[in-house]
Amino acid sequence: MAGLSVKHLVGIKELSKEDINLIFQTADNFKSVINRPIKKVPSLRDITIANLFFENSTRTRLSFELAEKRLSADIVNFSAASSSLKKGETLIDTVNNILAMKVDMVVMRHPNPGAAKFLSEHVDSRIVNAGDGSHEHPTQALLDSYSIREELGEVKDKKVVIVGDITHSRVALSNIFCLKKLGAEVMVCGPATLIPKYIDELGVKVEYDLRKALEWCDVANMLRVQFERMEVNYFPSIREYTMLYGLDGDFLHSLPNKIVVMHPGPINRGVEITSDVADSDQSIILEQVENGVAIRMAVIYLLAEKIKRES
Amino acid sequence: MSEKIVFNYVELELSVNRLCWQLIENHSDFSDTVLIGMQPRGYQLAQKIHSKLIELSPVSNISLGSLDITFFRDDFRRREAPISPNQTDIDFLVEGKKVVFIDDVLYTGRSIRAGMDAINSFGRPKQIELLVLIDRRFSRELPIEPNYVGMTVDAIDTEKVIVEWDKDLTHKARVSLIRE
Repeated sequence: MAGLSVKHLVGIKELSKEDINLIFQTADNFKSVINRPIKKVPSLRDITIANLFFENSTRTRLSFELAEKRLSADIVNFSAASSSLKKGETLIDTVNNILAMKVDMVVMRHPNPGAAKFLSEHVDSRIVNAGDGSHEHPTQALLDSYSIREELGEVKDKKVVIVGDITHSRVALSNIFCLKKLGAEVMVCGPATLIPKYIDELGVKVEYDLRKALEWCDVANMLRVQFERMEVNYFPSIREYTMLYGLDGDFLHSLPNKIVVMHPGPINRGVEITSDVADSDQSIILEQVENGVAIRMAVIYLLAEKIKRES
Repeated sequence: MSEKIVFNYVELELSVNRLCWQLIENHSDFSDTVLIGMQPRGYQLAQKIHSKLIELSPVSNISLGSLDITFFRDDFRRREAPISPNQTDIDFLVEGKKVVFIDDVLYTGRSIRAGMDAINSFGRPKQIELLVLIDRRFSRELPIEPNYVGMTVDAIDTEKVIVEWDKDLTHKARVSLIRE
Protein backbone atom coordinates (compact mmCIF):
# COMPACT_ATOMS: atom_id res chain seq x y z
CA MET A 1 0.00 0.00 0.00
CA ALA A 2 1.26 3.45 -0.88
CA GLY A 3 0.84 6.31 1.55
CA LEU A 4 -0.52 9.79 0.85
CA SER A 5 1.15 11.70 -1.99
CA VAL A 6 1.29 14.90 0.08
CA LYS A 7 3.17 15.94 3.23
CA HIS A 8 0.55 18.45 4.33
CA LEU A 9 -3.19 18.72 3.94
CA VAL A 10 -3.47 22.24 2.61
CA GLY A 11 -6.39 21.69 0.27
CA ILE A 12 -8.31 19.10 -1.70
CA LYS A 13 -6.84 20.63 -4.85
CA GLU A 14 -3.45 19.05 -4.06
CA LEU A 15 -4.86 15.58 -3.37
CA SER A 16 -5.21 12.81 -5.93
CA LYS A 17 -8.23 10.57 -6.26
CA GLU A 18 -6.12 7.75 -4.79
CA ASP A 19 -5.29 9.90 -1.75
CA ILE A 20 -8.98 10.57 -1.16
CA ASN A 21 -9.85 6.88 -1.45
CA LEU A 22 -7.02 5.95 0.92
CA ILE A 23 -8.34 8.46 3.46
CA PHE A 24 -11.84 6.96 3.10
CA GLN A 25 -10.61 3.39 3.56
CA THR A 26 -8.62 4.37 6.63
CA ALA A 27 -11.63 6.28 7.97
CA ASP A 28 -13.72 3.11 7.65
CA ASN A 29 -11.37 1.44 10.11
CA PHE A 30 -11.40 4.39 12.48
CA LYS A 31 -15.17 4.53 12.34
CA SER A 32 -15.23 1.01 13.74
CA VAL A 33 -12.69 2.06 16.38
CA ILE A 34 -14.88 4.93 17.62
CA ASN A 35 -17.84 2.61 17.97
CA ARG A 36 -15.99 0.22 20.31
CA PRO A 37 -16.38 0.19 24.09
CA ILE A 38 -12.88 1.70 24.30
CA LYS A 39 -12.61 4.25 21.52
CA LYS A 40 -8.89 4.73 21.46
CA VAL A 41 -5.81 3.39 19.69
CA PRO A 42 -2.20 4.00 20.73
CA SER A 43 -0.75 4.77 17.25
CA LEU A 44 0.26 8.41 17.80
CA ARG A 45 1.60 8.05 21.32
CA ASP A 46 4.81 9.90 20.52
CA ILE A 47 3.32 12.65 18.33
CA THR A 48 2.48 16.12 19.57
CA ILE A 49 -0.08 18.20 17.72
CA ALA A 50 -0.79 21.92 18.11
CA ASN A 51 -4.29 23.13 17.32
CA LEU A 52 -3.97 26.75 16.27
CA PHE A 53 -7.32 28.42 15.85
CA PHE A 54 -6.94 32.02 14.74
CA GLU A 55 -10.65 32.10 14.03
CA ASN A 56 -13.56 30.89 16.13
CA SER A 57 -14.73 27.34 15.74
CA THR A 58 -16.64 24.89 17.86
CA ARG A 59 -17.31 21.68 16.00
CA THR A 60 -14.19 21.56 13.81
CA ARG A 61 -12.01 22.20 16.80
CA LEU A 62 -13.78 19.67 18.99
CA SER A 63 -13.74 17.15 16.16
CA PHE A 64 -9.99 17.56 15.60
CA GLU A 65 -9.33 17.41 19.33
CA LEU A 66 -11.32 14.20 19.72
CA ALA A 67 -9.65 12.67 16.66
CA GLU A 68 -6.21 13.47 18.08
CA LYS A 69 -7.07 12.16 21.53
CA ARG A 70 -8.48 8.94 20.11
CA LEU A 71 -5.19 8.40 18.32
CA SER A 72 -3.38 8.99 21.65
CA ALA A 73 -1.51 12.10 20.44
CA ASP A 74 -0.46 14.79 22.88
CA ILE A 75 -2.15 18.06 22.08
CA VAL A 76 -1.78 21.74 22.81
CA ASN A 77 -4.51 24.24 22.06
CA PHE A 78 -4.17 27.82 21.13
CA SER A 79 -6.77 30.38 20.25
CA ALA A 80 -6.31 33.80 18.77
CA ALA A 81 -8.26 35.50 21.53
CA SER A 82 -5.60 34.68 24.12
CA SER A 83 -2.51 34.89 21.93
CA SER A 84 0.46 37.14 21.34
CA LEU A 85 -0.91 37.97 17.90
CA LYS A 86 -2.63 40.84 19.63
CA LYS A 87 0.84 41.99 20.63
CA GLY A 88 1.95 42.17 16.98
CA GLU A 89 3.76 38.86 16.47
CA THR A 90 3.82 37.47 12.91
CA LEU A 91 2.29 34.10 12.00
CA ILE A 92 5.65 32.48 11.24
CA ASP A 93 7.10 33.66 14.54
CA THR A 94 4.12 32.40 16.49
CA VAL A 95 4.24 29.00 14.84
CA ASN A 96 8.04 28.67 15.04
CA ASN A 97 7.86 29.41 18.74
CA ILE A 98 5.34 26.66 19.19
CA LEU A 99 7.40 24.26 17.06
CA ALA A 100 10.48 25.02 19.18
CA MET A 101 8.61 23.20 21.93
CA LYS A 102 8.90 20.02 19.78
CA VAL A 103 5.53 19.90 18.10
CA ASP A 104 5.21 17.48 15.15
CA MET A 105 2.03 18.62 13.48
CA VAL A 106 -0.01 21.79 13.29
CA VAL A 107 -3.76 21.94 12.72
CA MET A 108 -4.59 25.51 11.79
CA ARG A 109 -7.65 27.60 11.11
CA HIS A 110 -6.95 31.11 9.93
CA PRO A 111 -9.09 33.95 8.53
CA ASN A 112 -6.69 34.62 5.63
CA PRO A 113 -6.94 32.50 2.46
CA GLY A 114 -3.61 30.80 1.77
CA ALA A 115 -2.41 30.89 5.38
CA ALA A 116 -1.98 27.10 5.53
CA LYS A 117 -0.06 26.98 2.25
CA PHE A 118 2.16 29.84 3.38
CA LEU A 119 2.91 28.10 6.64
CA SER A 120 3.62 24.77 4.95
CA GLU A 121 6.30 26.49 2.86
CA HIS A 122 7.98 28.30 5.74
CA VAL A 123 7.95 26.07 8.78
CA ASP A 124 9.31 22.60 9.37
CA SER A 125 6.16 20.77 10.42
CA ARG A 126 3.16 18.94 8.99
CA ILE A 127 0.26 21.31 8.40
CA VAL A 128 -3.41 20.36 8.37
CA ASN A 129 -5.67 23.10 7.11
CA ALA A 130 -8.78 23.38 9.27
CA GLY A 131 -10.14 26.23 7.13
CA ASP A 132 -8.34 29.24 5.68
CA GLY A 133 -10.62 32.20 5.02
CA SER A 134 -12.80 31.66 1.99
CA HIS A 135 -10.23 29.31 0.37
CA GLU A 136 -10.45 25.66 1.49
CA HIS A 137 -11.71 23.47 4.31
CA PRO A 138 -10.42 20.08 3.17
CA THR A 139 -11.50 17.88 6.07
CA GLN A 140 -15.08 19.16 5.80
CA ALA A 141 -15.19 18.27 2.09
CA LEU A 142 -13.72 14.84 2.81
CA LEU A 143 -16.28 14.10 5.49
CA ASP A 144 -19.10 15.37 3.24
CA SER A 145 -18.08 13.07 0.38
CA TYR A 146 -17.48 10.24 2.84
CA SER A 147 -21.01 10.71 4.20
CA ILE A 148 -22.44 10.64 0.66
CA ARG A 149 -20.47 7.44 -0.04
CA GLU A 150 -21.84 5.92 3.15
CA GLU A 151 -25.43 6.96 2.42
CA LEU A 152 -25.59 6.25 -1.32
CA GLY A 153 -22.88 3.60 -1.75
CA GLU A 154 -20.59 5.71 -3.90
CA VAL A 155 -19.95 9.29 -4.96
CA LYS A 156 -19.30 8.65 -8.64
CA ASP A 157 -22.09 9.87 -10.96
CA LYS A 158 -24.14 11.22 -8.06
CA LYS A 159 -25.70 14.64 -8.58
CA VAL A 160 -24.85 17.05 -5.80
CA VAL A 161 -26.08 20.61 -5.49
CA ILE A 162 -24.39 23.07 -3.17
CA VAL A 163 -26.85 25.75 -2.16
CA GLY A 164 -26.21 29.18 -0.68
CA ASP A 165 -23.26 31.46 -0.18
CA ILE A 166 -20.76 30.04 -2.66
CA THR A 167 -18.59 33.17 -2.82
CA HIS A 168 -17.58 33.21 0.84
CA SER A 169 -17.61 29.48 1.42
CA ARG A 170 -14.44 27.44 1.78
CA VAL A 171 -16.71 24.43 2.26
CA ALA A 172 -18.16 24.97 -1.23
CA LEU A 173 -14.77 25.23 -2.93
CA SER A 174 -13.29 22.18 -1.20
CA ASN A 175 -16.49 20.24 -1.86
CA ILE A 176 -16.39 21.09 -5.56
CA PHE A 177 -12.78 19.86 -5.84
CA CYS A 178 -13.48 16.69 -3.86
CA LEU A 179 -16.73 15.75 -5.58
CA LYS A 180 -15.29 16.40 -9.03
CA LYS A 181 -12.24 14.25 -8.29
CA LEU A 182 -14.53 11.42 -7.21
CA GLY A 183 -16.58 11.69 -10.40
CA ALA A 184 -19.77 13.35 -9.11
CA GLU A 185 -21.79 15.93 -11.03
CA VAL A 186 -21.83 19.21 -9.17
CA MET A 187 -24.19 22.17 -9.36
CA VAL A 188 -24.13 25.38 -7.36
CA CYS A 189 -27.27 27.31 -6.57
CA GLY A 190 -27.82 30.63 -4.84
CA PRO A 191 -28.45 34.32 -5.37
CA ALA A 192 -26.41 35.67 -8.31
CA THR A 193 -24.55 37.97 -5.94
CA LEU A 194 -23.25 35.00 -3.93
CA ILE A 195 -22.06 32.92 -6.90
CA PRO A 196 -18.58 33.77 -8.20
CA LYS A 197 -18.49 34.99 -11.79
CA TYR A 198 -16.28 32.30 -13.33
CA ILE A 199 -17.31 29.35 -11.17
CA ASP A 200 -18.25 27.30 -14.28
CA GLU A 201 -14.51 27.15 -15.06
CA LEU A 202 -14.37 24.53 -12.27
CA GLY A 203 -16.71 22.32 -14.27
CA VAL A 204 -19.85 22.93 -12.22
CA LYS A 205 -23.35 23.80 -13.36
CA VAL A 206 -24.95 27.01 -12.14
CA GLU A 207 -28.64 27.32 -11.33
CA TYR A 208 -30.44 30.24 -9.74
CA ASP A 209 -33.77 28.50 -9.20
CA LEU A 210 -33.72 26.31 -6.09
CA ARG A 211 -36.66 24.13 -7.18
CA LYS A 212 -34.98 23.23 -10.48
CA ALA A 213 -31.74 22.47 -8.66
CA LEU A 214 -33.39 20.23 -6.07
CA GLU A 215 -35.42 18.37 -8.69
CA TRP A 216 -32.18 17.58 -10.51
CA CYS A 217 -30.06 16.41 -7.57
CA ASP A 218 -29.55 13.32 -5.39
CA VAL A 219 -27.91 15.28 -2.58
CA ALA A 220 -28.36 18.89 -1.45
CA ASN A 221 -25.65 20.47 0.67
CA MET A 222 -27.25 23.55 2.25
CA LEU A 223 -24.57 26.03 3.25
CA ARG A 224 -24.78 28.60 5.98
CA VAL A 225 -24.95 32.24 4.98
CA GLN A 226 -21.67 33.68 6.24
CA PHE A 227 -22.78 37.03 7.54
CA GLU A 228 -19.39 37.54 9.21
CA ARG A 229 -17.58 37.61 5.86
CA MET A 230 -19.95 40.05 4.17
CA GLU A 231 -18.95 43.67 4.10
CA VAL A 232 -21.90 44.74 2.00
CA ASN A 233 -25.46 43.43 1.65
CA TYR A 234 -25.57 40.67 -0.96
CA PHE A 235 -29.33 40.24 -0.75
CA PRO A 236 -32.11 42.55 0.42
CA SER A 237 -33.12 40.69 3.59
CA ILE A 238 -32.76 37.35 5.38
CA ARG A 239 -36.48 36.84 4.90
CA GLU A 240 -36.14 37.18 1.14
CA TYR A 241 -33.17 34.78 1.12
CA THR A 242 -35.19 32.22 3.07
CA MET A 243 -38.15 32.56 0.74
CA LEU A 244 -35.99 31.98 -2.36
CA TYR A 245 -33.22 29.68 -1.12
CA GLY A 246 -34.48 28.20 2.14
CA LEU A 247 -35.67 24.58 2.33
CA ASP A 248 -38.68 23.70 4.45
CA GLY A 249 -40.57 20.45 5.03
CA ASP A 250 -43.33 21.14 2.48
CA PHE A 251 -40.76 21.99 -0.20
CA LEU A 252 -38.75 18.82 0.60
CA HIS A 253 -41.81 16.56 0.41
CA SER A 254 -43.01 18.14 -2.82
CA LEU A 255 -39.85 16.99 -4.63
CA PRO A 256 -40.15 13.98 -6.96
CA ASN A 257 -37.02 12.24 -5.55
CA LYS A 258 -36.11 11.48 -1.97
CA ILE A 259 -32.97 13.60 -1.77
CA VAL A 260 -30.32 13.52 0.94
CA VAL A 261 -29.98 16.79 2.88
CA MET A 262 -26.60 17.86 4.27
CA HIS A 263 -25.40 20.89 6.19
CA PRO A 264 -21.84 21.61 7.35
CA GLY A 265 -23.09 23.46 10.45
CA PRO A 266 -23.63 25.58 12.36
CA ILE A 267 -27.23 25.74 11.16
CA ASN A 268 -29.16 28.98 11.10
CA ARG A 269 -32.45 27.17 11.75
CA GLY A 270 -35.18 28.83 9.75
CA VAL A 271 -32.78 30.51 7.33
CA GLU A 272 -31.16 27.84 5.07
CA ILE A 273 -33.27 24.97 6.35
CA THR A 274 -36.12 24.71 8.81
CA SER A 275 -36.04 22.50 11.90
CA ASP A 276 -38.32 19.85 10.41
CA VAL A 277 -35.88 19.41 7.49
CA ALA A 278 -32.79 19.39 9.73
CA ASP A 279 -34.36 16.73 11.95
CA SER A 280 -35.98 14.67 9.19
CA ASP A 281 -34.90 11.17 8.16
CA GLN A 282 -33.55 12.59 4.89
CA SER A 283 -31.03 14.70 6.76
CA ILE A 284 -27.59 13.20 7.49
CA ILE A 285 -26.30 16.21 9.43
CA LEU A 286 -25.42 14.25 12.59
CA GLU A 287 -23.84 11.43 10.55
CA GLN A 288 -21.62 14.11 9.01
CA VAL A 289 -20.47 15.11 12.49
CA GLU A 290 -19.74 11.51 13.49
CA ASN A 291 -17.87 10.87 10.25
CA GLY A 292 -15.87 14.06 10.82
CA VAL A 293 -14.00 12.45 13.70
CA ALA A 294 -13.20 9.31 11.69
CA ILE A 295 -12.04 11.35 8.67
CA ARG A 296 -9.82 13.57 10.81
CA MET A 297 -8.33 10.53 12.53
CA ALA A 298 -7.53 9.08 9.10
CA VAL A 299 -5.93 12.31 7.84
CA ILE A 300 -3.80 12.78 10.94
CA TYR A 301 -2.82 9.10 11.05
CA LEU A 302 -1.78 9.04 7.38
CA LEU A 303 0.20 12.29 7.65
CA ALA A 304 1.87 11.20 10.90
CA GLU A 305 2.94 7.98 9.22
CA LYS A 306 5.15 10.09 6.97
CA ILE A 307 7.02 11.64 9.89
CA LYS A 308 9.72 9.00 10.08
CA ARG A 309 11.09 8.35 13.48
CA GLU A 310 14.71 9.36 13.90
CA SER A 311 16.73 6.41 15.03
CA MET B 1 15.18 -17.82 -4.77
CA SER B 2 14.40 -21.38 -3.70
CA GLU B 3 11.20 -22.85 -2.36
CA LYS B 4 10.84 -25.95 -0.21
CA ILE B 5 7.53 -27.45 0.82
CA VAL B 6 7.77 -28.28 4.51
CA PHE B 7 4.20 -29.48 5.05
CA ASN B 8 1.70 -30.80 2.56
CA TYR B 9 -2.07 -30.80 2.80
CA VAL B 10 -2.30 -34.17 4.54
CA GLU B 11 -0.03 -33.03 7.35
CA LEU B 12 -1.85 -29.70 7.50
CA GLU B 13 -5.21 -31.35 7.87
CA LEU B 14 -3.93 -33.67 10.57
CA SER B 15 -2.56 -30.71 12.47
CA VAL B 16 -5.76 -28.70 12.21
CA ASN B 17 -7.75 -31.70 13.45
CA ARG B 18 -5.39 -32.25 16.37
CA LEU B 19 -5.57 -28.57 17.32
CA CYS B 20 -9.37 -28.78 17.35
CA TRP B 21 -9.37 -31.81 19.64
CA GLN B 22 -6.95 -30.05 21.98
CA LEU B 23 -9.27 -27.04 22.10
CA ILE B 24 -12.27 -29.25 22.84
CA GLU B 25 -10.30 -30.99 25.59
CA ASN B 26 -9.49 -27.69 27.30
CA HIS B 27 -12.66 -25.70 26.64
CA SER B 28 -15.37 -28.41 26.58
CA ASP B 29 -18.59 -26.62 25.56
CA PHE B 30 -17.00 -23.25 24.67
CA SER B 31 -19.62 -21.39 26.69
CA ASP B 32 -16.94 -19.18 28.25
CA THR B 33 -14.57 -19.20 25.32
CA VAL B 34 -14.27 -16.97 22.27
CA LEU B 35 -12.05 -17.52 19.24
CA ILE B 36 -10.27 -14.49 17.79
CA GLY B 37 -8.53 -14.76 14.42
CA MET B 38 -5.69 -12.32 13.82
CA GLN B 39 -6.25 -10.48 10.53
CA PRO B 40 -5.65 -11.26 7.78
CA ARG B 41 -4.34 -14.84 7.58
CA GLY B 42 -4.99 -15.91 11.15
CA TYR B 43 -8.67 -15.23 10.54
CA GLN B 44 -8.72 -17.69 7.63
CA LEU B 45 -7.29 -20.34 9.93
CA ALA B 46 -9.75 -19.36 12.67
CA GLN B 47 -12.68 -19.82 10.27
CA LYS B 48 -11.45 -23.30 9.39
CA ILE B 49 -10.97 -24.24 13.02
CA HIS B 50 -14.37 -22.79 13.89
CA SER B 51 -16.22 -24.86 11.30
CA LYS B 52 -14.24 -27.96 12.20
CA LEU B 53 -15.02 -27.52 15.91
CA ILE B 54 -18.73 -27.30 15.16
CA GLU B 55 -18.38 -30.49 13.13
CA LEU B 56 -16.44 -32.38 15.81
CA SER B 57 -18.14 -31.23 19.01
CA PRO B 58 -21.81 -31.29 19.98
CA VAL B 59 -21.75 -27.50 20.46
CA SER B 60 -23.47 -25.48 17.75
CA ASN B 61 -22.60 -21.98 18.84
CA ILE B 62 -18.98 -20.88 19.25
CA SER B 63 -18.16 -17.16 19.16
CA LEU B 64 -15.68 -16.17 16.46
CA GLY B 65 -14.28 -12.71 15.77
CA SER B 66 -11.51 -11.13 13.75
CA LEU B 67 -8.99 -8.69 15.16
CA ASP B 68 -6.90 -6.22 13.21
CA ILE B 69 -3.85 -4.93 15.04
CA THR B 70 -2.60 -2.27 12.60
CA PHE B 71 -3.24 0.68 14.93
CA PHE B 72 -1.64 -1.15 17.87
CA ARG B 73 1.63 -2.11 16.18
CA ASP B 74 4.89 -0.95 17.70
CA ASP B 75 6.54 -0.12 14.36
CA PHE B 76 4.34 2.82 13.30
CA ARG B 77 6.53 5.46 11.60
CA ARG B 78 9.40 2.97 11.43
CA ARG B 79 8.30 1.12 8.31
CA GLU B 80 9.06 2.12 4.76
CA ALA B 81 5.59 1.40 3.38
CA PRO B 82 2.39 1.91 5.35
CA ILE B 83 0.27 -1.13 6.20
CA SER B 84 -3.32 -1.14 5.08
CA PRO B 85 -5.64 -2.04 7.90
CA ASN B 86 -8.16 -4.89 7.81
CA GLN B 87 -11.53 -5.15 9.39
CA THR B 88 -12.01 -5.91 13.05
CA ASP B 89 -15.26 -7.74 13.59
CA ILE B 90 -16.02 -8.59 17.19
CA ASP B 91 -19.72 -8.32 17.92
CA PHE B 92 -19.51 -9.62 21.49
CA LEU B 93 -17.79 -8.44 24.67
CA VAL B 94 -14.74 -10.39 25.79
CA GLU B 95 -15.13 -9.22 29.39
CA GLY B 96 -14.53 -12.21 31.67
CA LYS B 97 -14.18 -14.65 28.74
CA LYS B 98 -11.39 -17.03 27.85
CA VAL B 99 -9.95 -15.75 24.58
CA VAL B 100 -8.08 -17.98 22.13
CA PHE B 101 -5.95 -16.00 19.68
CA ILE B 102 -5.50 -17.82 16.40
CA ASP B 103 -2.70 -16.96 13.98
CA ASP B 104 -0.99 -18.76 11.13
CA VAL B 105 2.68 -18.10 11.88
CA LEU B 106 4.25 -17.06 15.17
CA TYR B 107 7.53 -15.31 14.43
CA THR B 108 8.81 -12.39 16.52
CA GLY B 109 5.78 -12.30 18.81
CA ARG B 110 5.18 -8.60 18.17
CA SER B 111 1.79 -9.03 16.48
CA ILE B 112 0.56 -11.05 19.42
CA ARG B 113 1.73 -8.35 21.83
CA ALA B 114 -0.22 -5.80 19.76
CA GLY B 115 -3.19 -8.17 19.75
CA MET B 116 -3.17 -8.38 23.54
CA ASP B 117 -3.22 -4.59 23.60
CA ALA B 118 -6.00 -4.37 21.00
CA ILE B 119 -8.31 -6.93 22.58
CA ASN B 120 -8.60 -4.75 25.70
CA SER B 121 -10.77 -2.35 23.66
CA PHE B 122 -13.46 -5.01 23.87
CA GLY B 123 -13.23 -5.74 27.59
CA ARG B 124 -10.88 -7.48 30.02
CA PRO B 125 -10.56 -11.16 29.15
CA LYS B 126 -10.29 -13.71 31.93
CA GLN B 127 -7.48 -15.44 30.11
CA ILE B 128 -5.76 -15.32 26.73
CA GLU B 129 -4.38 -18.40 25.00
CA LEU B 130 -2.48 -18.57 21.75
CA LEU B 131 -2.96 -21.10 18.97
CA VAL B 132 -0.63 -21.04 15.98
CA LEU B 133 -0.34 -23.28 13.00
CA ILE B 134 3.38 -22.70 12.56
CA ASP B 135 5.80 -21.82 15.33
CA ARG B 136 9.06 -20.38 14.05
CA ARG B 137 11.00 -21.03 17.22
CA PHE B 138 14.33 -19.31 17.88
CA SER B 139 13.04 -16.08 16.23
CA ARG B 140 11.19 -14.56 19.15
CA GLU B 141 11.84 -10.94 20.11
CA LEU B 142 9.36 -10.93 23.00
CA PRO B 143 8.63 -13.44 25.77
CA ILE B 144 5.57 -14.92 24.04
CA GLU B 145 4.95 -18.65 23.67
CA PRO B 146 2.00 -20.49 22.11
CA ASN B 147 -0.32 -22.82 24.03
CA TYR B 148 -1.26 -24.85 20.94
CA VAL B 149 1.17 -25.47 18.08
CA GLY B 150 0.37 -27.09 14.75
CA MET B 151 3.93 -27.54 13.56
CA THR B 152 7.33 -26.24 14.47
CA VAL B 153 9.61 -24.86 11.79
CA ASP B 154 13.23 -23.94 12.16
CA ALA B 155 14.01 -21.12 9.76
CA ILE B 156 16.62 -18.42 9.69
CA ASP B 157 15.80 -14.70 9.41
CA THR B 158 16.33 -14.46 5.65
CA GLU B 159 13.82 -17.22 5.02
CA LYS B 160 10.06 -16.74 4.74
CA VAL B 161 7.44 -19.21 5.86
CA ILE B 162 4.38 -19.05 3.63
CA VAL B 163 1.11 -20.75 4.47
CA GLU B 164 -1.11 -21.23 1.45
CA TRP B 165 -4.74 -22.22 1.81
CA ASP B 166 -7.54 -22.75 -0.50
CA LYS B 167 -11.09 -22.59 0.69
CA ASP B 168 -11.69 -26.21 1.59
CA LEU B 169 -8.20 -27.33 2.55
CA THR B 170 -7.65 -29.48 -0.52
CA HIS B 171 -4.40 -30.71 -2.06
CA LYS B 172 -3.32 -27.17 -2.97
CA ALA B 173 -2.88 -26.21 0.67
CA ARG B 174 0.72 -26.27 1.88
CA VAL B 175 3.38 -24.63 3.99
CA SER B 176 6.58 -23.67 2.24
CA LEU B 177 9.91 -22.18 3.15
CA ILE B 178 11.20 -19.56 0.74
CA ARG B 179 14.86 -18.65 0.70
CA GLU B 180 15.84 -15.47 -1.15
